[in-house]
Amino acid sequence: MLILTCPYCGTAADETELHPGGEAHVVRAGPEADEDTFEAYLFQRANPRGVHFERWRHSHGCGKWFHAARDTLTMQVHGTYPAQVTEPPQDILDAIEEARAR
Amino acid sequence: MKHYSAFAIAREALRNHTGWQRAWRDAQPKSRYDVVIVGAGGHGLATAYHLGKNHGITNVAVIEKGWLGGGNTGRNTTIIRSNYLQDPSAAIYEKSRALYETMSQDLNYNVMFSPRGVMMLAQTEHEVRGYKRTAHANGLQGVQTEFISPKRVKERCPIIELKGPRYPVLGALWQPRAGTARHDAVAWGYARACSNMGMDIIQQCEVTGIRSEGGRVTGVSTSKGEIDCGKLCMVVAGHSGRLAEMAGFRLPVESVALQALVSEPIKPCMDVVVMANTVHGYMSQSDKGEMVIGGGADGYNNYTQRGSFHHIEETVRALIETFPMISRLKMLRQWGGIVDMTGDRSPIISKTPLENCFINCGWGTGGFKAIPGSGWATAEMVANGTPGPLAEAFGLERFREGRFIDESVAAGVAH
Repeated sequence: MLILTCPYCGTAADETELHPGGEAHVVRAGPEADEDTFEAYLFQRANPRGVHFERWRHSHGCGKWFHAARDTLTMQVHGTYPAQVTEPPQDILDAIEEARAR
Repeated sequence: MKHYSAFAIAREALRNHTGWQRAWRDAQPKSRYDVVIVGAGGHGLATAYHLGKNHGITNVAVIEKGWLGGGNTGRNTTIIRSNYLQDPSAAIYEKSRALYETMSQDLNYNVMFSPRGVMMLAQTEHEVRGYKRTAHANGLQGVQTEFISPKRVKERCPIIELKGPRYPVLGALWQPRAGTARHDAVAWGYARACSNMGMDIIQQCEVTGIRSEGGRVTGVSTSKGEIDCGKLCMVVAGHSGRLAEMAGFRLPVESVALQALVSEPIKPCMDVVVMANTVHGYMSQSDKGEMVIGGGADGYNNYTQRGSFHHIEETVRALIETFPMISRLKMLRQWGGIVDMTGDRSPIISKTPLENCFINCGWGTGGFKAIPGSGWATAEMVANGTPGPLAEAFGLERFREGRFIDESVAAGVAH
């Protein structure tokens, strides 16, 4: 069972308590965007065999959206962080680097 | 290679089975091929087979990171059906189902195709309307399906409980000519036929890079050295994203784990395939007597080939209401496969931004049934350089152009 800690309420939640929301940090294309940009925004997704930054909702808990860094091959969770950021915070990136070095 | 026949069995029985040959040649790579196919699963092998059979192209290598048919080809629940809603889907899946009917004869290899019929249960009013619509659409497409009453459901499959409190059976979409086949035999039959035509099947050969010149593919770098090719076709399902990255483009595909499980073998108790899409479960009985159960897909990206246990719990919890007799069965094995999901739940058979490089992926949770039709259509595209009538609707450009082939509603979760 995948367990993620909600960065808002601090609950270590089972995946049955959470709802997955797909790739994090997707930048919304504006009305002036060309077709390529809009296609990428709507359909093309990172699909790494390794660390994936993704959105989750603590749907059966506090209800908040948050982000997680999770390895799709090993299921190791490198950390969770609030959703109000446009890129992964440094401490998460450090944790990933540390796990890779080990 | 020697022809398999009743006579061959009799002959070998008289000489202690010393005359059997290897079914196919485990080859090492040559320096160049006209076509290199990445992925020796069903779709890759079927593509190679139809390149040789339909288009006379036999200087072909099928390279595989693991072993023959070791990915989703050997992990699915072997269901073959073509009762889709949209016209392009019906065309390719029906072509596929028809090819399965004669596959054992075509390949001279018994794939144990069993047209036992597939029943998709309607357990909500919404599903009743949906399946009636599908039955009408199938009528126009030339696919033989029919919406049947609960009484006929019970006649076809007596172990079903019609009056489940949570999931009553209100009817079913019945496709009498759908069924199952032996999945490993499909891979081995194609491999044998391809090997017979002089093609090389190269196992444990991982692609590490894709070489190109002036926007045109020239070869692949592999763990067994450099291989030049005229044309390249990627048929690697859940790992398509990684190959696309090597070739320099992105795909509208995400990889998730889909699970299945089998019970201990029991005496024959059902001779149809039953799918219950409301509860994400489907079941059939294998020739060995095991109940083969397919479950739901995980909601998040995953390459672990295991999947989340709670999906198994959900599936089994719901299925024992519809099939009360399975509640005391022991489950023997559970496994997962990595399926490549597209936004509209329809596959991609397409040219790519790299010239002479083609891709076949995105079959999601329903690839096994499509193997021969997909191979037929992909071979046509690779041979002619442009998709033919079966494949043209499945191009990558459909996402940009908004021409989706929306099967996510029509097919539900279970494929």
